[in-house]
Amino acid sequence: MKPSVKDALIAKLTALGDDELILAHRNSEWVGHGPILEEDIALANIVQDELGHATLWYGLRKELDGSDPDQLAFFRDANEYRCCELVELPKGDWAFTMLRQYLFDLYEALWLEAAQHSAYKPLAEAAQKIIREERFHLQHTRAWVERLGLGTEESNRRLQQALNFQWGYAQQLFVPIPGEELLVAEGIVPELGPIRERWLELVTRHLQNADLKLPINPGYQPTSRAYHTEHLWSILAEMQSTARWEPEAKVW
Amino acid sequence: MTALPTTEQVWEALARIPDPEIPVVNVVEMGIVREVQVDGSRATITMTPTFSGCPALHLIREQLEQTARSLGFAEVEVKTALFPPWSTDWITPEAKERLRRYGIAPPKPTREGGALIALEAPPTPCPRCGSLDTTLTSPFGPTLCKSIHVCNRCKEPFEGFKAV
Repeated sequence: MKPSVKDALIAKLTALGDDELILAHRNSEWVGHGPILEEDIALANIVQDELGHATLWYGLRKELDGSDPDQLAFFRDANEYRCCELVELPKGDWAFTMLRQYLFDLYEALWLEAAQHSAYKPLAEAAQKIIREERFHLQHTRAWVERLGLGTEESNRRLQQALNFQWGYAQQLFVPIPGEELLVAEGIVPELGPIRERWLELVTRHLQNADLKLPINPGYQPTSRAYHTEHLWSILAEMQSTARWEPEAKVW
Repeated sequence: MTALPTTEQVWEALARIPDPEIPVVNVVEMGIVREVQVDGSRATITMTPTFSGCPALHLIREQLEQTARSLGFAEVEVKTALFPPWSTDWITPEAKERLRRYGIAPPKPTREGGALIALEAPPTPCPRCGSLDTTLTSPFGPTLCKSIHVCNRCKEPFEGFKAV
């Protein structure tokens, strides 16, 4: 592998892992606070899966540059993270959380579906593993979006509000990282353009069926993953405090 | 000097390690142990994760290593393989029956190449009374591999193993 391609792949794997890790940690804030017990458990399951996916992406990076996944998660500062801004946003209400997870799950499922054919075998294998779990997430969050959209005036209003707010942020999922064109040219990662088209088509059809108003004027659309919202600093401060205080803290 | 165990004996020893989350089945019949290689005083075990975020994976890995060491191997390596991805189709029929008797509805056979969103799934039989009149309460349960159901005939809630 050419050094320029390898560097781009390391950066892409970092971005993939960072999205999963930060979204997982953000949603873990619901544990013990879910609207009903089953949903508390369901979201905790989804969070645990996403953490598993982050581990897989960081693990692939480790094979390339030897970096330790725990070091990446707990000892990097916010400006070294490469997550998108959508996953950093505070958890909001249940509608906000479910909508974000739905928008992300659909993007992730479509990306993984295409990435299963990656020319880089370890990435293709990880995609084939992860997509089996992602199916359950999408099924669940899609049902929630429908339930809230078609529920009461209040639930529809809250979901629409969340959608108007998140729409511009969600577009960042489809912005290639610097050097991503090298990976696309080598067949290592799928091109984001066609994935965005399918995502847009499915999201629009599904949300309109759930009585939500689209299209939406996107407003603010973040582009570079080198910049973050202020929320990333506070979530990292909380997430990393134990490890930084006691680096020998063990998994169990 | 005592002879080191054969590959078959290593498999037998590993088959005595219970699944940390569902102790009625062992890690071999769950399809978690993929390969055992014995080369002199060295044993290499290949395992595969069930669900990628399963917290029991660390424990399973440690137990595989300890078990192989207790058999006398000087060097033990536990490798992880992601491919082909673990499937509940690999759980042996005996283990599925033990899951059912334990109160967990065993996984149904998976359909490969299915769409992202499954169509209306066939009902999961109640592991207690066998009734097909059951309702899925939530596709997510107390562990990543299970869903929650309720039987409309015997009125008992039960867990089901997700088919992946």
